[in-house]
Amino acid sequence: MNTHLRISATNLKKVFNRRTIFRNISFSVRFGEVLLVTGKNGSGKSTLVKIISDVLSPSEGEIEFSGSDNVKTIARANLIGLVSPYLQMYDEFSAEENLQYALSIRGRTPDISHIHELLGKVFLFHRKSDPVRTYSSGMKQRMKYAFALAHNPPVLLLDEPTSNLDTDGIAMVKQIMEEQTQIGILIVATNDLSDVDRFNAQVDLNAQT
Amino acid sequence: MRKPEAAWQQWLRSSISIFRKDWHSELRTRYAISALVMFVVTTISIMVFALGSESAPVDVLSGMLWVVIFFAAMSGLSRTFVAEEERGTAMTLQLLTSPSAIYFGKLFFNLVLMIGVNTFTVLLYAIFLNGFIVKTSSIFIITIALGSIGLAASSTIIAAIIAKANTKGTLYPVLSFPILLPLLLTCINATRLATEGAFLNEATGEFQFLVSYIVVVVTASSVLFEYIWKD
Repeated sequence: MNTHLRISATNLKKVFNRRTIFRNISFSVRFGEVLLVTGKNGSGKSTLVKIISDVLSPSEGEIEFSGSDNVKTIARANLIGLVSPYLQMYDEFSAEENLQYALSIRGRTPDISHIHELLGKVFLFHRKSDPVRTYSSGMKQRMKYAFALAHNPPVLLLDEPTSNLDTDGIAMVKQIMEEQTQIGILIVATNDLSDVDRFNAQVDLNAQT
Repeated sequence: MRKPEAAWQQWLRSSISIFRKDWHSELRTRYAISALVMFVVTTISIMVFALGSESAPVDVLSGMLWVVIFFAAMSGLSRTFVAEEERGTAMTLQLLTSPSAIYFGKLFFNLVLMIGVNTFTVLLYAIFLNGFIVKTSSIFIITIALGSIGLAASSTIIAAIIAKANTKGTLYPVLSFPILLPLLLTCINATRLATEGAFLNEATGEFQFLVSYIVVVVTASSVLFEYIWKD
């Protein structure tokens, strides 16, 4: 557990087709803290989450992951777990197969007992062998949590964390959030402030427009 | 205590896993295999009916073989990236590993697919087109092998480019043609030498060109892929 882990963003700006999505975004979040990202639809919450995840590059500014010596040498993909509406699983594979491939593509050896434990945690163990295309939207959302947590990431990014979930699912998300603050950093992008019980820092993208 | 894996070992495991995932997915969905096999069967059937009892000159048949291989590749090899974009799993893959591991995993998948389809095409071609007789099999086998690698290498990077575009279907052959033209012309020439009974050393120039083409395309692709893939 890297208790010195810190994410610092300085003057982030993103431009798509000459349209500025946001500018001058800076924040710093440390181990055990929660960063809340808020903003109207189209304000760039998901874009900011993608930039933190290294899926997109910022047009200006930089994000730095710091902490122990090896944090900078570890690929960002191995530090981050992401749950978001635009993240899709492989529909033709079962939940178990999706997680096995996710771990092996990360260069790790899949541990089937760990995968079963994760599927139990998101209430999908009884459907572990069914193709993901047969799942409801809520089950697919739970599957994304198993996918995000499979490699025990120190940073968990949740974009619209409770979308499509029932009350049991929302309780599951709250528990996962609570556990994440014990082992790393939690970043939540949402319009619904009831999604988070507490936060230590906030990026309000409405303030940019 | 287990020794931690080196970065290159993780990279290799990652690349192989992408190949295995694509192969497993292909066996379940049959998108690319069906398109490739149907194209080859249909095209060779039309050629057989068009020729009837006539026998085309062997150098024309050598050229036609590569026309079939080129369009078969165009009908199936783009699936590897287009399917990821269409299903929305491209970002999932981006989150899992480095662009280079993705590129080489996809390249290896396309290579296996291309070798399988080319072997099938050559078998059908030899069975149904009477005038096509290979006299120097060593030249022919090396040409098919190097041609398959070259086609897979070019098609993989072009597929990554067109997967981001709106007009995927038409853009793929249009973009591929100028890039693949030198490869196809050399393969046609080497195949003609094989059918004329040339000695192996007479095709050295063609083989050197094919190997150089593969090295240049794979090197340039592995450097450029990150920029194509990421934004």
